[in-house]
Amino acid sequence: MNGYGLRYSDREMMAISAGRLIKNGDILFAGTGGSMLAAMVAKRIHAPKSIVFFETGGIDPLLIELPMAVADPRVMYGTCLNSGLIEAFSVVGHRKLHTIAFLGAAQIDKFGNLNSTCIGDYTRPKIRFPGSGGACDAASLAYGFIVFMQHEKKKFVEKLNYRTSPGWLDGGDSRTKAGLSRGGPLAVVTNLGVMKFDDKTKEMYLSEYYPGITLDRISENTGFEMDLSKAIEAIPPTDEELLILRNEVDPQRLILG
Amino acid sequence: MDDTEIKDKLMSPAEAVKRFIKNGAQIAIGGFTINRNPMGLVYEIARQGIRDLHLVCHSNGQGLDVLVGAGCVRRIELAYAGNGRFAPTCIRFRKAVEKGEILLEDYSNYQMSLRFLAGSLGIPFIPTKSGLETDLLKRTGFSPEVRKERKIAKEKFFKIQNPFNGKEDPVVLLPALNPDVALLHTQYVGEDGTVRMKGLTFADIEQAKSAEVVIVSCEEILPREFIRKDPDQNSLPPFLVDAIVKLPYGAHPTACFYFYDYDVTHLNLYKEAAKDNQHFHQYLDEWVFGVSRHEEYLEKVGLSNLAKIKADPVMGYAPGLDRR
Repeated sequence: MNGYGLRYSDREMMAISAGRLIKNGDILFAGTGGSMLAAMVAKRIHAPKSIVFFETGGIDPLLIELPMAVADPRVMYGTCLNSGLIEAFSVVGHRKLHTIAFLGAAQIDKFGNLNSTCIGDYTRPKIRFPGSGGACDAASLAYGFIVFMQHEKKKFVEKLNYRTSPGWLDGGDSRTKAGLSRGGPLAVVTNLGVMKFDDKTKEMYLSEYYPGITLDRISENTGFEMDLSKAIEAIPPTDEELLILRNEVDPQRLILG
Repeated sequence: MDDTEIKDKLMSPAEAVKRFIKNGAQIAIGGFTINRNPMGLVYEIARQGIRDLHLVCHSNGQGLDVLVGAGCVRRIELAYAGNGRFAPTCIRFRKAVEKGEILLEDYSNYQMSLRFLAGSLGIPFIPTKSGLETDLLKRTGFSPEVRKERKIAKEKFFKIQNPFNGKEDPVVLLPALNPDVALLHTQYVGEDGTVRMKGLTFADIEQAKSAEVVIVSCEEILPREFIRKDPDQNSLPPFLVDAIVKLPYGAHPTACFYFYDYDVTHLNLYKEAAKDNQHFHQYLDEWVFGVSRHEEYLEKVGLSNLAKIKADPVMGYAPGLDRR
């Protein structure tokens, strides 16, 4: 329950937490599912002057209805420009733009490197996921990215099964040294809280935990050592945030569930 | 209608597939996940029992999954196999990969688009900064033996130092793609053979320009004067197109901007069927093998379903469509 007596779900808290990280004027790259919701929330509630665009080539659509995929025809209406993948990635990596990508993943490590490819042997995997799509490109080229995923021990791992998208690589200045001149993960938003990365070591630390979530629960669900000492309790969603999310962003509860 | 200019190119889906797609061909299909997949042509490939295809794609969804499920595919180079909320990972694709039934190599969307672009420009490779220090570069799915076959690059990637700035600055080189056949579905083709794509073009234009043969299916064929009156809107010149197939609703159940939305009912039905081998074969028998012509398929989908997904002429999709 928030301070006004409205109950809210984990997914709602996640979407609103992600939206709060966005500033007016940011150029937002949205993926499928939860990250789509986060970008819509940012645009509708927290940063109305931000611009949402899609790797498929739809730039700044009206987004009257929630798209169910990045190729949904809803990303093609009311845009400033309908283009294609190559044009979209020229926006992602544009040196003048503050592009922030929302990305999902199946696994993450403490430096924010992501796996969305497979678990087990690459050529004969135990579980196969969809693959990079544009995630590796956005993680390599955008000004920064925000990860949106469920907080579970098997997903927050010491070592990834497959590194699909580059985070801070091995920490410190390893990303710049590898030839990636900008970018990197800025935050990880989960159903339990918000993680950020240390300026120097680039290791993940807990920045906020949601009301009602204990630090023990977070460390139990994290498969590596994480600094919890800097964490503060997150502000619950306001009535306004919840009502816009429910009535305008996802009224059919396609992603909210 | 005066379509005499393209009379040699106009053909049925059966004829286009029969003439241009051989067993073992490397093909690129257009569209992206749930949008503008050339489904009418995909169904025809399955119906004709084409085998051992090598699929090259960025993010194909429904088209890829049907081809894999129908046993037409031997190898794939791809960035993504998903169908939005209908299948976070394409279901038949996932089963086939986990069972080791297809050979696979992963790239990213930008990388695959650049590979088609390189192929379309006639250059052998193209550089990018995307993918440095990832397993996309490190893990290969094709053996050295497979790499000796036609149309397969000898290396998956190559990393070099930028030769222009004289310091340490790694760059990834990607091999160009020139598939045997590109198949795409578009809204309009002119009587002169000019192709017009509405909405997002994805990498369809690069795919078509990189391919040896281009098959285009379309919703409508427009008068020559009309398509040449506003050429800024056009996507491909007539001389790059080898076969034109008039196929209304040819992308169903995926969407076609300004014509129809994705068919939620059908994609949900597919999702349920795809989970189980027996149900999936029943699905193929009913919707693909048991249907001899595209018109018959549309009759099965039914007018009321087609009416539900009819696009609003301004918005290009079906506003308010129940998408649960």
